[in-house]
Amino acid sequence: MGYTITEKILLAHTKAKSVKPGDFITAKVDFCLGNDITAPIAIGEFERVKAKKVFDKTRIALIPDHFTPAKDMKSANQAKVLYNFAVKHKIAHYYEVGRMGIEHALLPEKGLVLPGNLVVGADSHTCTYGALGCFSTGVGSTDLAFAFITGECWLKVPETIKFVYHGKLRKWVTGKDLILYTIGRIGTDGALYKAMEFSGSAIESLSMDGRFTMCNMAIEAGAKNGIIEPDNAAVSYVKKAISRNKPGRRSFKLYKSDRDASYAEVVEYDVSKIEPQVSLPHLPSNTKPVNKLKNIFIDQVVIGSCTNGRISDLEIAARVLKGKKVRQGTRLIVIPATQAIYLEAVKRGFAKIFVEAGGVFSTPSCGPCLGGHLGVLAEGEKCLATTNRNFVGRMGHPGSEVYLASPSVAAASAVRGRIAHPKEVV
Amino acid sequence: MKYRGKAHKFGDNINTDDIIPAKYLHTHDPAELAGHCMEHVDKRFVKKVKPGDIVVAGRHFGCGSSREHAPIAIKACGISCVIAENFARIFYRNAINTGLPVISFKEASGAIKKGDTVEVDTQKGTVKNITKRKTFKIEPYPPFIQKIIKKGRLLG
Repeated sequence: MGYTITEKILLAHTKAKSVKPGDFITAKVDFCLGNDITAPIAIGEFERVKAKKVFDKTRIALIPDHFTPAKDMKSANQAKVLYNFAVKHKIAHYYEVGRMGIEHALLPEKGLVLPGNLVVGADSHTCTYGALGCFSTGVGSTDLAFAFITGECWLKVPETIKFVYHGKLRKWVTGKDLILYTIGRIGTDGALYKAMEFSGSAIESLSMDGRFTMCNMAIEAGAKNGIIEPDNAAVSYVKKAISRNKPGRRSFKLYKSDRDASYAEVVEYDVSKIEPQVSLPHLPSNTKPVNKLKNIFIDQVVIGSCTNGRISDLEIAARVLKGKKVRQGTRLIVIPATQAIYLEAVKRGFAKIFVEAGGVFSTPSCGPCLGGHLGVLAEGEKCLATTNRNFVGRMGHPGSEVYLASPSVAAASAVRGRIAHPKEVV
Repeated sequence: MKYRGKAHKFGDNINTDDIIPAKYLHTHDPAELAGHCMEHVDKRFVKKVKPGDIVVAGRHFGCGSSREHAPIAIKACGISCVIAENFARIFYRNAINTGLPVISFKEASGAIKKGDTVEVDTQKGTVKNITKRKTFKIEPYPPFIQKIIKKGRLLG
């Protein structure tokens, strides 16, 4: 029996001669990361057990991206913990505000996570990098401390569900719509403990940004990782990132699933029938096609996050917003995920479009996605966001509501002041 | 190990924003986090909990973020263990790694009512509803997980 891509990467990172779903393994970690919320606990654990040094200062990233630029004194103190640790241990990849971007956009952009790698991050959306054909998964702070010290992580080998997306995408349908649709079909625990392997002609036609969005939200179906076999588009993305940033580690390995690999399930969708999707409060699985939603008036629109803050997300939002105004009574907040994306959005005129439309264009931060800052909701407010979670109180008051959608639906909704299909506006 | 206490019941998909809202993540002080545990779901939860009490929930407990603040908050407000039909994977490993006992028990929602006295025996592999005088078998932890539990936490 053959192996899936996930099983192959896990096997390549253990001493075991073979692996099968359900096995517990201790895996070698190629790269690990933490942020200003999770890393302080990891650093506290590192110091509590009196560890002297990290396993490899070039394979750790510390990224203060959640509550930064510091939203209050306590947040400033937490970011300072990362800075002090980075200085003390000469951590190669510490990103101060000004160089910082949202971790899951920043690390691929910098060429620090590569095909075939095993990556663990103390952030649930670490599963994003699977779009490059690596195994990457979210873990906790204690796991991160363990990885800092040993360069290893305990893992259970997951079963894999293969998702095959056939057909041609309709206009305005993106990776975000495919993943929201999928979560709507299988539920928030539909892939619990499992790997989600995305494949099919519709996936091949997606941009890398769209693939990152899909893998990013695998966790929202309970999955351990999302993964896509690397193709020419992935290799070309990685080569560009490497030549731009010259990271220390530049070699990578391309894995593909064997033809006789064993899957827990194979699920097939015809994407030509899928409309732009919206997840209604208060679960990402509560999805409906946008054209079924009438008169849902919204107070705020957020375009950004580790899910949809990349350049093609801003490009499509700008295309919808060009020459239009955000409706009176609705706020538009656009947050590019990294400094490079910020600059490109300025150069290509997207920032001007957002500001002229009456929106704000902010510095990179996770900010409003988790109700941190830069757009916290009041009681009774409704927000349509390109983020990833719409749990009760996720973006502020427990009496507020979050709707999840793609950047084009978000931009159209900002113009209309209610949830709208982009074709209504363009 | 044995854990005994009154059951506090919750439904499905209790997520990490329910367990500890992100606005409190600018600290990881256990006592401070404990004060806000579950406040979006039940404002009086923290006041109602007596040391040793047990959280009983439905499917997919702890889904959402990787914040270790979630098991830290539950433990620090006096809860001795969490029983759920199943757990989200990052919450599960965080609980194991930090020494909060988590018990997967498929019939949790139906077999235990709010306020029932419950006793969990991880050695024997049983959940006893003392109030209803019923005993249920539970799956033992895999040997790999048992080793971590024996140490008390991942980093000893």
